[in-house]
Amino acid sequence: MSEETTSTIGASTDSAPPPPPRDRKLADAWKELKKAPITAQFGLLVILGYVIAAVFAPLIAPFGESEIVGDQFLEATDEFFLGTDNLGRDMFTRLIYGARNTVGIAFVTTCLAFLIGGIAGILAAIFGGWTDQVLSRIVDILMAIPQLIFALLLLTIFGTSITNLIIVIAVLDATRVFRLARAVSLNVVVLDFVEAARLRGEGLIWLATREVLPNIMSPLVAEFGLRFCFVFLTIAALSFLGLGIQPPTADWGSMVRDNAELITYGDPVPLYPAAAIALLTVAVNFVVDWFLHKSSGLKDEH
Amino acid sequence: MAKIFNMILQRLGLGILVLFVVSLIIFLGVEMLPGDIAQEILGQSATPENVAALRRELGLDLPPHSRYFQWLADILQGDFGTSLANGREISELIGVRFANTLFLALVSAIISVPLALIFGVLAALYRNSFYDRSVNVVTLTAISAPEFFVAYVLILFFSVNINWFPSLANVGIDTPFWDRLYRVILPAVTLTGVVLAYMMRMVRASIINLLASPYIEMANLKGMDRARVIVHHALPNAWAPIANIIALSLAYLIVGVVVVEVVFVYPGLGQLMVDSVSKRDIPVVQACSMIFAATYILLNLTADIISIATNPRLLHPK
Repeated sequence: MSEETTSTIGASTDSAPPPPPRDRKLADAWKELKKAPITAQFGLLVILGYVIAAVFAPLIAPFGESEIVGDQFLEATDEFFLGTDNLGRDMFTRLIYGARNTVGIAFVTTCLAFLIGGIAGILAAIFGGWTDQVLSRIVDILMAIPQLIFALLLLTIFGTSITNLIIVIAVLDATRVFRLARAVSLNVVVLDFVEAARLRGEGLIWLATREVLPNIMSPLVAEFGLRFCFVFLTIAALSFLGLGIQPPTADWGSMVRDNAELITYGDPVPLYPAAAIALLTVAVNFVVDWFLHKSSGLKDEH
Repeated sequence: MAKIFNMILQRLGLGILVLFVVSLIIFLGVEMLPGDIAQEILGQSATPENVAALRRELGLDLPPHSRYFQWLADILQGDFGTSLANGREISELIGVRFANTLFLALVSAIISVPLALIFGVLAALYRNSFYDRSVNVVTLTAISAPEFFVAYVLILFFSVNINWFPSLANVGIDTPFWDRLYRVILPAVTLTGVVLAYMMRMVRASIINLLASPYIEMANLKGMDRARVIVHHALPNAWAPIANIIALSLAYLIVGVVVVEVVFVYPGLGQLMVDSVSKRDIPVVQACSMIFAATYILLNLTADIISIATNPRLLHPK
């Protein structure tokens, strides 16, 4: 539905050709992809790989998620080709399941942060006045405390469970989403078509979802990528500190922590889960960078 | 000048207000804790009389607001209470560790700030060149890597494979300065790697922004040479963003130390906080959060004040 709204708005301002049928759009997207810089293509490929690993984890992984298959810290062999971890679980299996758990939890958290921050931000922009003042001041205060420290404090108070982790990080991150959503919505709510909709007597939900949201989508999408990286790194850091995702769930941050002692023997195994984290954030960042460049470049042409 | 002075006073007032509210949040957060701290300290087997006695001793029988002001007044006098885990004075625990954390952050800042300025300005001047593009890719990668990844890679290379630096940054009170510096090199380089990328990107963006302004174009068009344009026209306006970037990065460093301290077992405030969180030693967590938050707020405030005090529009009012 929102696509229709955008295209009609687009058509009214710069008289673009009528929206192409679906397969034309796909072809366009494909062409756009082939034109993308190599970093962005690499990023998209990596993200695709992670999604496949997360979705089909039980099919790809040779063993069960927390199944003990051998001795502790076994060297890499044909059977366990990344070796085993501190409890004798297969490292490769844990890495694959980690894609599901770590990435999944970060994704859910980011979605929740966008839901909270996005709604609050758009409402603050539409209502203005007191609502805006109160919401903005609350966000100012929340942002005055460094995020990781605040998360540590809140997790001490509420206890470390996955639900608490998701809620705490989502609320803290929603403050950043709020700032952006509010700022970009403020530019939209003063435009004529919003005024027209208000005069037409449209309700709040219509204003927020049909008038404002479609026009702030592109900065929000880019921000979603960046926020996801941030949330992902925060959760990984917390898990690494032993305060995030708890065992026996396979999770990259805690896998680094559990196997860290191997490093002192010159064994790079603990680096694999850490590299898995780094690779995904790099990939997302590359894609977002391209997206930002593209959307800002388009603005220059107008 | 009076205007600048007023603005700075205003910011200071705002900063104190924010600190006050933050202290309130930290206090109230712990208030909301389900269960009774006295009960938790004494365990399930404690008699009700013992619990009541401890409650009186900790002042838990007083109403919340008077306890809050008592707590705040104590903190202002440097008294953070006692640790639940080992009964020691928290201020004693914190003093040395906070100094250690500041030392680590300072060393990282001394390495990263000049590098960030040089590379960032170069990337802005040679925009879209091969150099600029590779800087973009490298910094994006550096930002994306979790601190512990960078830390373990450094440990693997520099302390396990070629054995140049120790993998543990265990410093004591009486560790001499040079030895201390030698031991914090790896943690400092880890922090530098992460914060440098941030700073370079921000420096690059703000310089590009600056070079796009009309008065720079004017200076270029009237044929002024490049060095003069940069030193006389761009730089005076660049102090504010650059000071801002440095202060923000320092704030980031102070917080970023948490993970790095844990990796290198460096006896700093971050490590203490993480330990206390897992032990649920609430007074220590409160104290650490308060100190981290206060440092963070102060650095942000400094950035604000520097950008006001160096703003040419405010310095030379019409």
